[in-house]
Amino acid sequence: MTSQSTPLEYQSQQTRMNILGFWTFLGAEIVLFSTLFASYFILEHNTAGGPTGQDVFVLKDVLIETFLLLTSSFTSGLAIHALRNNDLKGVLIWKIITLVLGASFLAYEINEFFHYVHEGVTMQTSGFASALFTLLGTHGAHVTFGIIWIALLLVQVARRGITVQTSSKLFIASLYWHFLDVVWIFIFTFVYLKGMVM
Amino acid sequence: MSFDEFFVTGDPLILGSQIAIGLTMVGVIVLVTYLKKWKWLWNEWFTTVDHKKIGIMYILAGVLMFFRGGVDGLLMKAQTSRPGLDILDAQHYDEVFTTHGVIMILFMAMPMLIGIMNVVIPLQIGARDVAFPKLNAFSFWVFFAGAMLFNISFVIGGSPDAGWTSYFPLAGKEFTPGVGNNYYAIALQIAGIGTLATGVNFIVTIIKMRAPGMSWMKLPIFVWTTFITSIIIVAAFPILTIALLLMTLDRLFGAHFFTVAAGGDPMLWLNLFWLWGHPEVYIVVLPAFGMFSEVIATFARKNLYGYKSMVYAVAGIAFLSMLVWVHHFYTMGNSAAVNSIFSLTTMMIAIPTGVKIFNWLFTMRKGRIEFSNAMLWSLAFIPCFTIGGVTGVMLAMAAADYQYHNTMFLVAHFHYVLIPGVVFAVFAGLYYWWPKMFGFKLNEKIGKWHFWLFVIGFNLTFMPMFFVGLDGMSRRMYTYAESTGWGPWLGFSAVGSVIMAAGFAALCYNIYWSFRYASRDVGNDPWNGRTLEWSTASPAPHYNFAVVPKVEKLDDFWYKKKKGDTGLKKKDLKPVHMPSNSWTPIFLAAAFGIVGFFLVFEWFTLAIISGILIVIGLIANSFDYDDGYHVSVEELEEEEREWRGDLQ
Amino acid sequence: MNAMKKLSYVLTLLLIPVLLAGCDSKLLVFDPKGPIARSLTDLIVYSIILMLVVVVVVFVLFGYIVWKYRARKNDGDFEPKEEKGNHYLEITWFVIPIIIVIALMIPTTMTIYQVDDVPQGYEEDEPLVINVTSADWKWIFSYPDQDIETVNYVNIPADHPVELKMTSAGTMQSFWVPELAGQKYTMANMQTNLHLLADKPGSFYGRNTNFNGQGYAHMEFEVEAKTKEDFNKWVNDVKNTANDLTEDTYSQILEPGLVGRMTFNGTHLDWIDHAHGGSEQYIDPEKYRIHHGEHTDLNQDIDENREVDPLDQDEQEQNSDSEETDHSHH
Repeated sequence: MTSQSTPLEYQSQQTRMNILGFWTFLGAEIVLFSTLFASYFILEHNTAGGPTGQDVFVLKDVLIETFLLLTSSFTSGLAIHALRNNDLKGVLIWKIITLVLGASFLAYEINEFFHYVHEGVTMQTSGFASALFTLLGTHGAHVTFGIIWIALLLVQVARRGITVQTSSKLFIASLYWHFLDVVWIFIFTFVYLKGMVM
Repeated sequence: MSFDEFFVTGDPLILGSQIAIGLTMVGVIVLVTYLKKWKWLWNEWFTTVDHKKIGIMYILAGVLMFFRGGVDGLLMKAQTSRPGLDILDAQHYDEVFTTHGVIMILFMAMPMLIGIMNVVIPLQIGARDVAFPKLNAFSFWVFFAGAMLFNISFVIGGSPDAGWTSYFPLAGKEFTPGVGNNYYAIALQIAGIGTLATGVNFIVTIIKMRAPGMSWMKLPIFVWTTFITSIIIVAAFPILTIALLLMTLDRLFGAHFFTVAAGGDPMLWLNLFWLWGHPEVYIVVLPAFGMFSEVIATFARKNLYGYKSMVYAVAGIAFLSMLVWVHHFYTMGNSAAVNSIFSLTTMMIAIPTGVKIFNWLFTMRKGRIEFSNAMLWSLAFIPCFTIGGVTGVMLAMAAADYQYHNTMFLVAHFHYVLIPGVVFAVFAGLYYWWPKMFGFKLNEKIGKWHFWLFVIGFNLTFMPMFFVGLDGMSRRMYTYAESTGWGPWLGFSAVGSVIMAAGFAALCYNIYWSFRYASRDVGNDPWNGRTLEWSTASPAPHYNFAVVPKVEKLDDFWYKKKKGDTGLKKKDLKPVHMPSNSWTPIFLAAAFGIVGFFLVFEWFTLAIISGILIVIGLIANSFDYDDGYHVSVEELEEEEREWRGDLQ
Repeated sequence: MNAMKKLSYVLTLLLIPVLLAGCDSKLLVFDPKGPIARSLTDLIVYSIILMLVVVVVVFVLFGYIVWKYRARKNDGDFEPKEEKGNHYLEITWFVIPIIIVIALMIPTTMTIYQVDDVPQGYEEDEPLVINVTSADWKWIFSYPDQDIETVNYVNIPADHPVELKMTSAGTMQSFWVPELAGQKYTMANMQTNLHLLADKPGSFYGRNTNFNGQGYAHMEFEVEAKTKEDFNKWVNDVKNTANDLTEDTYSQILEPGLVGRMTFNGTHLDWIDHAHGGSEQYIDPEKYRIHHGEHTDLNQDIDENREVDPLDQDEQEQNSDSEETDHSHH
């Protein structure tokens, strides 16, 4: 292989392009979520007499979700560290932990949704409720997709070992996972905290 | 749902189309089976990842959609050619102008331009293909699935009828309860995925795959415009994705984003739509500017005047395009300050555009202008587009716009921008790059018919609209009273549209004639071109370049030609790595189309079941480690020898 | 060569209508009948003149260059010289558009602010307030101070400022009376304001310009400016003779469809102002459902509806002249 300092996933022209392509795609994702946030801010107070965020948000659940997702991002980083050390076992272990944390996050989020519905907030309640469910739901759908995607990659890594191709795929999936974490931090701040304080 | 709710029945025009569509489909299937071409179609086209073939399929789809959108346009012109006509009723007319707009912008202009970009960009930068060939095939097929889904609406379920802008609350379930506007939300979503992927693909291709030595300021101008267009695509299309998602949630799941009731905000749709929609205008017009630049430089026999200022102008237009969306609704009751600011940003677009016009003129000055068909289109573009441009500046002035907004004046303006700016460019590009795609030229004599009929017809059709607009006629009116006095203007306009249609027919005849009779002996460089695509065979071989060219300056090929330094040395040949064909793109696109169809009719169980197809396609794609194949040196040598006299 | 001749011929043809535009003062937008529309027209004419200069310069330069530098048979091996560009020239055509933009921007901003306000010279007059409500597919005008309401026509006093408070009962519309003022949207749950002023008595064409479904093309109304005495007399007549507007009648009017002119005592503002929500109670999607293949002619309904209101018929007769002279300038 080429120089020691070049990580495995950057060692072929195609994988370098894949990574740049994915960064570009993340640029599009930023626009996508920005649009969702903007829509949410515009509709935030249009509750049509229904419940507001303050009425239904539960701080404890949100904190647990945040903890789960932030930790999963950290373990995902550890998996990439193991990847750099060519440690197949480490990659699998840390990624599986990531997936478990991600799935727990999802379980909590689904629970949160049930709670809202129970409180009388559904997609059809008001502009606010539609925007809330759509923003959270789009993020949640991304997490779901990420879990399935990474699980499939782990099968490939387990079968093929750490190669230029598999490492670049894992690296890209980790970028995606970190990105979802960043989106969540914005959701936590501008949906939950802002909603509960203001 | 009863039969006559599913199939649109009762209208003789639509019944005729249904029969024609049915017969054509049967005819095509019988013909392909009779000629035993299924395997060939599958191997050479349906599963191809070759950017040139994908480009050709895009163009073919674009021509088909041009026909469909054109028929819509002719129907509108016929209906309004005299006051009080009854060719179409109000509902039918509403559907026709809606599909006309959507099809012309998203399913005609976009694929035509993306098609030409696909064929030309890798060749101009000396690359073997785009960065992600399989993704490229996926882009095309999902675009095609979206286009087909949108097009069947007029025979199955009913077409969208809220205008191409689909303004809420009208486009909400409260006011348009049928499936028509579901088609809009879902078909555009599916096609939009493809466009976004194309944007990503071209950004990476142009950053990473330029020939050695081709630094940024040595890029052909068309590559620059494509690069900047791709950036706008990535920045703007996600906004459409979200707007359509929210529309879908409103219509299918009773959400309240844009509704009148329960705290929805219809103005949110207008903002989101135009935050995407205005950049979209530049997405179609910037690549067109690039094509004109290439053609004008080639046929004036001079290099492009003010290359750097052209690049900066394109970047400036792209930047400003994001800051002007409010000019689409000056009349919404914004504060005077807001309207003033957006008047300024909008008018500022005239500055870089003016720079471009003068640079084109000065490229031709002291040149030696040859009136080939490609050049004729580029020449006609300048005066026609100038009219579109100055009326655009007039519309940009918010106070004046209070009198133009939503009138035929506006309709005339944007047709004067989009037809010269995009359609003329597409024609110029087709005549120019046709030999590179197919190995023969389009006939210049039939092309002249095409040109004159179309350009004259275009001006006759749209010039009168300025005047009826200033006389109080708003857009989208299916009928008007005789006392308005608009009849003669619109009659004139209808005649123009027929002449324009005759021009399009001449193009189709030209394609047919040239396929059968045109000389196949055009050489690699039929126009004495300046850029790298002319250094390889016509049609370009599937590996594009036997040896990746090394570039020293802008228009490198032009100077190499002068030095006689375009030969190929046998010892430089090495095996060429190529990507393999793949079935997943067309499979995934078909799956998207099927799921989309079920969603349109809100048959959720079926949609979820067929959604499994998408999952299968994605998994298959993820587990696919096919690394492509190599073209051997022997094969390269054989292919190159066929057209080169200078293989050493 | 032949191509060139044809090209220049087409270009001349193109120019003729553009040049005519300035002279043809019969077009509605060039025929303002009040100070607000007049300031818009002045701005438009000014911009057209500036833009014509641009068009002429570009066309002449274009024609000259294309003609002079065309390829000729006796060119031989002539190879044009390469030109990188010229900084001075490029700066010139960068600066010229900037100057044009500034020259357009200043009057534009002034006019935007100007038409946003009561016209000059009328600041002292108490404006007549009219609430405009657009619905599918009719215009409803409420006079809150006079406590009367009209449908599909609006009478105003001439030479007196009118302030419109506009909203919509459902879809979005755009209110436009080209001879009196520029347009503005009407939107449910929102209020937009527009000033209107007619110099002299007369009848003016008004319509919706924002597409809102099947009846859109027919969504026209008449603005009639009357002398102050005539206007007051009309108000009194209405108060004495017109039927009361009931909630039932109002709901019927709001049903999607076309109606003729109507006149009522009282306004619907007593029970609903669509600018502040509540429109959804009048909206029934089933009434908008389309049945393909049934050839719809909304126009036919209108005549039946016209019989509804006795006063309406009087109005019809009274207004029949003005209705025919709608667009009479043609």
